[in-house]
Amino acid sequence: MEVVQSHRKPSSNNVAVSTLPLYRSAPLLEVRLEDFELFAMDRLRVLKGISDGLGRGKKPEEMEKLVADLWKANMRHPQANEEANKDIISHFVLRLVYCRTEELRKWFLSMETTLFRYRFRFESSEAQRALMSEFKLPCKAVSNAEFESVKDKLGQVARSMGQTLAAADAIFYKVPFEEVPELVAGRRVFIYKGHAYVAMNQVVSLVVTQFRSYLSKALILTNRKWTSTVREHEKDRLAPIVEALCTSYLGPDYSQPNEAGEISVKDIDHFAKTSFPLCMRHLFEKVREDHHLKHGGRMQLGLFLKGVGLKLDDALAFWKAEFAPKVSAERFDKEYAYNIRHNYGREGKRTDYTPYSCQKIISSTPGVGDHHGCPYRHFSEENLKAALVRMGVSSRAVEDVMDKVRNRHYQLACTLTFEAVHGSSCDAGINHPNQYFIDSQKILQSKNGSVA
Amino acid sequence: MTKEEAESGRDDMVIDGDEKANAVPEGFDANYLRIYYGKLFPHADMFKWMSYGNDGKHPACDRSYIGRREFSFTLENDIYIRFQSFNSVTELENSIKEKCPFKIDIGPVYSVDPAKRHAYAQGGGDNVFTPVERELVFDIDITDYDDVRYCCTGADVCLECWPLMTIAIKVIDTALRDDFGFNHILWVYSGRRGVHCWVCDGKARRLTNEQRAAIADYFRVYKGNENSHKKISLPGPVLHPFLARSYTEVLKGFFEAKMLPNQNLLSCQERYEKILEMIPDASVASELRGRWQENKRASMSKDDINLVRWEQLKSVLQSGKQKTQGLRRCVEEVVFSFTYPRLDMEVSKHMNHLLKAPFCVHPKTGRVCVPIDPNNCDEFDPTTVPTLSQLVKELNRGGLRQDAENEWDGTSLGESVKFFRTSFLQPLLKSCKEEIESSYNAKLQQSKNTLNW
Repeated sequence: MEVVQSHRKPSSNNVAVSTLPLYRSAPLLEVRLEDFELFAMDRLRVLKGISDGLGRGKKPEEMEKLVADLWKANMRHPQANEEANKDIISHFVLRLVYCRTEELRKWFLSMETTLFRYRFRFESSEAQRALMSEFKLPCKAVSNAEFESVKDKLGQVARSMGQTLAAADAIFYKVPFEEVPELVAGRRVFIYKGHAYVAMNQVVSLVVTQFRSYLSKALILTNRKWTSTVREHEKDRLAPIVEALCTSYLGPDYSQPNEAGEISVKDIDHFAKTSFPLCMRHLFEKVREDHHLKHGGRMQLGLFLKGVGLKLDDALAFWKAEFAPKVSAERFDKEYAYNIRHNYGREGKRTDYTPYSCQKIISSTPGVGDHHGCPYRHFSEENLKAALVRMGVSSRAVEDVMDKVRNRHYQLACTLTFEAVHGSSCDAGINHPNQYFIDSQKILQSKNGSVA
Repeated sequence: MTKEEAESGRDDMVIDGDEKANAVPEGFDANYLRIYYGKLFPHADMFKWMSYGNDGKHPACDRSYIGRREFSFTLENDIYIRFQSFNSVTELENSIKEKCPFKIDIGPVYSVDPAKRHAYAQGGGDNVFTPVERELVFDIDITDYDDVRYCCTGADVCLECWPLMTIAIKVIDTALRDDFGFNHILWVYSGRRGVHCWVCDGKARRLTNEQRAAIADYFRVYKGNENSHKKISLPGPVLHPFLARSYTEVLKGFFEAKMLPNQNLLSCQERYEKILEMIPDASVASELRGRWQENKRASMSKDDINLVRWEQLKSVLQSGKQKTQGLRRCVEEVVFSFTYPRLDMEVSKHMNHLLKAPFCVHPKTGRVCVPIDPNNCDEFDPTTVPTLSQLVKELNRGGLRQDAENEWDGTSLGESVKFFRTSFLQPLLKSCKEEIESSYNAKLQQSKNTLNW
């Protein structure tokens, strides 16, 4: 029994039902070159705002408001009918901009999907159902008899989330669990024999998964087209715009050691005290103390050190020496060296891995025995306070930092720490541990005159 | 060493062993490994497994399938060779016998033959070489339980702490079957300190990384890390049905009957403090602490002191006057933190993670990575798993037997191979054939329809 019928009439009144496009095909519109760029910049502001919000660990309700505000502020057009065009044009321009590397695609995919999710939630339930039918989702409504048989379990799931099971006529969809990964991950659905029971107010997950997988494929195709033909045809017109657009917002990835140049093993101690952000300082102290770090910690610290300018041979020497009391040289070569070389692009698929950004570190999920992650997010309050005091942050500044932490502004908390430790302001804010390092070095060098 | 030399070396060993049958030293030995690969390792069964019914007999078989699977070997001198692939059981068997790997890992099935990945990479910017199929795997390691066991630490394991692995098998196996609907699940002893799980249903092998991560997260209850207090948090007024079932059917009983008394979790202050720390209300914790400090000497009753104190803790936390949900939930949180399975999440989340093959021999313990029957996992005893030297002894003892169909029938490995075949491989291959058949029929039907047009 299919519950999802086509509420959306074939043609004319489409626009009346929903303003949320699925971006299935590129628009057949003439676009002025000027708008091409301006629209794209406006949409980028929205996506960047979303990215910041996610980085701060904002809750869904807060994100909902944020997305609505960002959209209102940037995507409005003086002519109402132009607004839909601006939406579509800007999306397709950014597809071109962000299709070109794996890293860019990942970022774009994640931000566009988040944007779509909240815009879908703003839609009326009728419009939502229309969008669902457009995706041709493989879902069946649960029959009354079946509903009765699983009612207790569905109620249990609802209560586990602090909700109550809606009235008896509540609609549930039964879908393969693979279709709703985020609901599975959060244990927000009842799963039985491979099927998840999705409540009407959860269908957004279903739609978003479809949107995401469609866009992901589309980005790969766009990339192929871009590299095979478009780039050459457009090398004087669109290509420069496209290439300039992405760097203006994503910021550097710190994969290559910056002007700071190289550091050697013996410098690490010194730099750890003066210029490491707390997340790295903590990992460094732990490896000193325990002579070991679990995989997540080795990755986070190892790639940071690479970005700071530690060469592969030095990195091998550093980890080997730190692990030495617990791990024999032989075992080190066998179990750990491969991963370090891998990080430097010398093994496996030979990708030169980039150091982790704040956003990645904040969203990581350290488990038992792990020391990686963002201290502002993952430490208990007491542990964080103690760590800040050890860094030399005054008790008043500690309170300011904790205030940001309580409001889940982890990067702002780190920025305040930076300012307290260095006694000077950091207007740009901290977005990347390697940026913390570079900014710190700049300040220290200007204080000491020139330091070799 | 060339292949010929390797083989003659192996024969020498057998003869040598025959003469002084009891002179086999314990532990791991490269020469014994050669015998093991020569006579005992079930090459054909492993190959059949990895082929998933694509054996060329059915017209719809994917003949390239097995050849796109990555195997990797760790050799004696720690040389690590990745991206090996084999097109026939003879190729696989010859390579294993020749290289005599200390460890064999199994990786994903790629879009193209992994051994020829560089040739495909020339094609251009597109990432053609990519994993397309992989069993859903889980890795549970006793070293991750160091904060809740007092009998051993690190890689050591004994019969006191092994049951933690047993209940991990029970919890995960039930959920994989009942919740996710998987049927073809293989549990394997990792040879030393843990267990591996291979979920082999077609549906499981084709999961995306995102879907794998979702399943791993479904199983995850540990939110804390080394720098925050709470390692477990069970929010909400009731538990999700999966957690509730795990709690009532497995964890609670195990914690109270085995874990509490065997690990003496509440017997002394140092240990009970760890549990009191998990109570969010300081006054409740200090009330209990006071009572336990007082009756330190008075507790000469016959009842186990751990159980007595646990009952006290429960009655205080669950008594009518504790209205706050957090405190009532606390009892469950204690049980979960001490018993709930701790998965190595990264292994399960990505298709391209390598995992040690079953029937390898662990170089440190010499024990064979044998399958574990989840229906009888209580009976599994890691200290009696056959070792390499024991198997070689058994082979030598039965050296003249001609009647046995397979060499392993006369050894203590026989049961494990038999279990692997009858309980795992045969049902798996049967459903693979059915899947191949039905997709073939669907295609036939489709082409018929287009012809009719």
